[in-house]
Amino acid sequence: MIPAAFEYTRPATLDDAIAAVGAGGKVIAGGQSILPLLKLRVAAADRLIDIGRIKELNGYRPRPDGSLEIGALTTYAELQAATPWSTVADAIDEIGDVQVRNRGTIGGSIAHADPGSDFPAIALAFDGTAVLRGPNGEREVPLDGFFEGPFTTGIGPDEILVAIRRPAVAADAAFAYRKLAQPASGYSIVGVAALVAMSGGKVSHARVALTGVGEVAYRAKGVEEALLGSDGGDAAIAAAAAHATDGVTVNADIHADAAYRAAMAIVYTKRAIEGALGR
Amino acid sequence: MTTDILGSSVKRTEDPKFITGKGRYLDDIKLTGMVHMSILRSPYAHANIRSIDTTAAKAMPGVLAVIVGADIPYNPLPMAWPAGGASGLQNNVNTPRVLATDDVKWTGEGVAAVIAETPEQAVDALDVIAVDWEPLPTVVDSEKATQPGAPQLHENAPNNIVFDWTVGDKAGTDAAIDNAEVVVRQRIVNQRLIPNPMEVRGDIGWYNPGTEEYTVWMSSQTPHIQRLLLTAFVTGIPEHKVRVIAPDVGGAFGTKIFCYADMALVMFASKLVGGRPVKWVETRRENYQSTIHGRDHITYLEIAGKKDGEITGLRVKTYANLGGRLSTIGPGIPTTLYGRVLAGPYKFPNVHCEVIGVYTNTTFVDAYRGAGRPEATYVVERAMDLFADEIGMDHAAIRRKNFLPNDAFPYDNPSGLGTAVNGEKVYIDSGNYEPALDKALTIVDYYLLDEKRAEARKRGKYLGVGLSTYIEICGVAPSKWIGAVGEGWGAAMWESANLKVHLTGKIILTMGTQPQGQGHETTYAQIISSELGVPMEDIIVQHSDTQGTPFGYGSYGSRTSSVGSTAAIKAAGKVREKAKRYAAHMLEASVEDIEVDGANYRVKGSPDKVKTIQEIAFAIDLGFSLPDGMEPYLDETAYHDTPNTTWPFGTHIAIVEIDEETGHVDLVRYVAVDDVGNKINPMIVDGQLHGGIAQGVGQALWEGAIYSDDGQLQSGSMMDYAMPRAAWFPNLELDETVTPSPVNPIGVKGVGEAGAIASTAAVSNAVIDALSPLGIKHLDMPYTAQTVWRAIQGAKGGAAGAADHTNGSNGKGGQA
Repeated sequence: MIPAAFEYTRPATLDDAIAAVGAGGKVIAGGQSILPLLKLRVAAADRLIDIGRIKELNGYRPRPDGSLEIGALTTYAELQAATPWSTVADAIDEIGDVQVRNRGTIGGSIAHADPGSDFPAIALAFDGTAVLRGPNGEREVPLDGFFEGPFTTGIGPDEILVAIRRPAVAADAAFAYRKLAQPASGYSIVGVAALVAMSGGKVSHARVALTGVGEVAYRAKGVEEALLGSDGGDAAIAAAAAHATDGVTVNADIHADAAYRAAMAIVYTKRAIEGALGR
Repeated sequence: MTTDILGSSVKRTEDPKFITGKGRYLDDIKLTGMVHMSILRSPYAHANIRSIDTTAAKAMPGVLAVIVGADIPYNPLPMAWPAGGASGLQNNVNTPRVLATDDVKWTGEGVAAVIAETPEQAVDALDVIAVDWEPLPTVVDSEKATQPGAPQLHENAPNNIVFDWTVGDKAGTDAAIDNAEVVVRQRIVNQRLIPNPMEVRGDIGWYNPGTEEYTVWMSSQTPHIQRLLLTAFVTGIPEHKVRVIAPDVGGAFGTKIFCYADMALVMFASKLVGGRPVKWVETRRENYQSTIHGRDHITYLEIAGKKDGEITGLRVKTYANLGGRLSTIGPGIPTTLYGRVLAGPYKFPNVHCEVIGVYTNTTFVDAYRGAGRPEATYVVERAMDLFADEIGMDHAAIRRKNFLPNDAFPYDNPSGLGTAVNGEKVYIDSGNYEPALDKALTIVDYYLLDEKRAEARKRGKYLGVGLSTYIEICGVAPSKWIGAVGEGWGAAMWESANLKVHLTGKIILTMGTQPQGQGHETTYAQIISSELGVPMEDIIVQHSDTQGTPFGYGSYGSRTSSVGSTAAIKAAGKVREKAKRYAAHMLEASVEDIEVDGANYRVKGSPDKVKTIQEIAFAIDLGFSLPDGMEPYLDETAYHDTPNTTWPFGTHIAIVEIDEETGHVDLVRYVAVDDVGNKINPMIVDGQLHGGIAQGVGQALWEGAIYSDDGQLQSGSMMDYAMPRAAWFPNLELDETVTPSPVNPIGVKGVGEAGAIASTAAVSNAVIDALSPLGIKHLDMPYTAQTVWRAIQGAKGGAAGAADHTNGSNGKGGQA
């Protein structure tokens, strides 16, 4: 478990870090994904750019309009402590183990884009956006569409992910995350995040995002559309959940073949929606 | 002689060092001038080596030497426990070389080694060794490997067969099955496991050019045996020129019993680099590929009996996957430790077992916690449920009906314990099976569980209850039996102890056994404290160094508490007898008049005439005044060869709930009533049971080594091989019955393996019981959510489940 030799640099400021990224290298934050890959020599990096001490990348910043910005270096454990959403805290409890949650960062999870990672689905359910900064300034892109493929995102080669934002949450919306974990790694075979609101006996807001199922975390828009405006009853939920893998090429590996994953995507989508609706 | 110390849950004296990080494991050892070794391992499961070019590697920074197989004059590793018996059976033996020379037989077999100044340099240089490979066809499944046309691994093993071993009465068993009212047949798989001790293996070899002596530190359960094997069989270096030290060992579960190539390699390497110590520590990924695996049986069982539940015969044919080459005692595990105990605690009149040992392109298989006995227990306990289900009998009732009666002991079972030549046998020493069963049934309210099943169904769950009424052979073993059945190490299995009471009254007990975390330093001290009346804090237990400990066979097979403790008790007895003689001398009385009460040696009828063992030790050790013929010092050595093995037993009951929608299995309750005889330290016994149960449950629910058809280990790390985690378990409810073993003076039996032997079958039976309303009669482990879901889908007639659902509702049971 010894990585091949690599250069290491630890820029003191964000500008320095952006300059370093432009010159080539792989960003390391909490190191919970990249270090095991390097140690197993399944990945190599000529240079690691350690952004771990750039203070402006920290922080949990609720804003007066109800929106929220979370610094990319915020660890899972820090987010868990800061969030007023007990159901989000519960979801974070299902990520990795105590060590991973103490070291792993939300920005790292989004930027790494592991197909089985939990946080991308959670962020998608909240209509999250990625705040990227490069030599030409900052841009904000929706996470919906940001994950381009396994371990591939819309972060430019000269950009750093600096924060995740979400807009104000729909009134009365409630969240739930339901996960079928791969027992060895703890990654999701299926992870489903649901943010659902009811108003006047109808579902007035529905966001459902899945991870582990396809090559990237995705919003299940077929589920959302079927659910929106329905009465949120058992039949409506079941009918909506049936769309969980619409248009998705379902993963298969030694732990779960495509048929089982697809079936569980439906079951866990149903359970996540039920959970969000307090059932 | 016993006092309260024996049988009390004193805290482990080892724990302060282990808990505070002051243990000294192999990788903690740093020697002056020490250099580092890494091993290049085969990326192919089966290939010829056309050539190896090490030129570039030798030029890498810090590299001192690069070794290939052809450089090493040593012999292949020994295979010390062939499948044997009266028949003089042939074993087609192939063992690994220290480094492979011409070909490799599994992914991970070592082909070259780099010695470098730092571990980093040693690993980097591996990347530039160029091997010209000629890949060959592979086979990883033991049953397929024996079929015509399968890839052949070894010239001397046609159809990849290592041995075809049988035990028991074939004619009687065939007749019992042919004439039975009911016969149930089932193919069952006991999947391959990766043992996963917390500390991986490693060695340090140090050759001293000044003395031409070697010292080898190794993470091992058997330092004395390794010295013997490495000198007499592998290297040709004289035994007295080699010292083997096992430092603190962080778990082993059997994997550290054996002679591995790396042990010889560090010796060779140290001499090659002029006597600098050479350290090698495997990575976890290497451990997964090149330290032994366990289990991996494919079994066809046939169980026959009457409609009233009386079993009349058990016929078993097993393909035992032994890997690409044989490990040290690979063939012994699925034969003697499996076939000979297949009858379990039952009075089956006829048992016959055939075991075909098979080479495949996989890591070698050897003893893993339980070693043969979990596989046997799994077969017989599954068979009992299969038979009961066929005749509609309760699972507890069928066991009770077939239990050996209490007056059966000592018992010579029909599956071959007593088939040794020369009449040397072992027997099931003792047993009393019904009370443990009754106790466990009472704890779980067994006869009220139908309500719980119904309640679970309302929640979309299937509740299942599984019994495992196991026995196990422990405390191995009488040397004459081992020798007579031709199944030994080419050696024996006695144990040794040396006990010194020093001038100040402090005691050092030196043992030939070898702890791996079991708490031997505590339990032996409890025994000696009890025997000699000396406080535990005045006793220290030493072990693990061939220089300074008496030869011993080490710790495995739950043998230490029975065989090792008896050696210690014998040494204490010799000390006590000598102390008694000296007390008589000091007190001017006859030896017959000295009575011993703990540490006090007094003259009968004269309570004021008393000497303590500390006073006696001081005087004897000084030797100023010794009676004629008495040698100075209280220093006694004892060897103990056990007259028989010990036979723990018990009833484990698992209760599971299965999620109908997902197939997820939740272990909701686990009750274990074990009879391990008397207990030296009940807390340590509980700990052993907890860990063993967890390991066995791990096999049932999560663990399994998975190979692709081309021999790549797909479950090659802890990211893909699921180890059990504490949070997945309910509180384990332990209870006991106590039937002391007659085999040793303190009535203990050994407990290291009991949990692992019993629990797999209990959980398996529970899962299948839960699925039985769907018509499912058997399902192979591990019961991952996907596996169970597919079985449920198949049973319900869903297309998704049909493909892989090989047994279940179309089970092969039937009436003859």
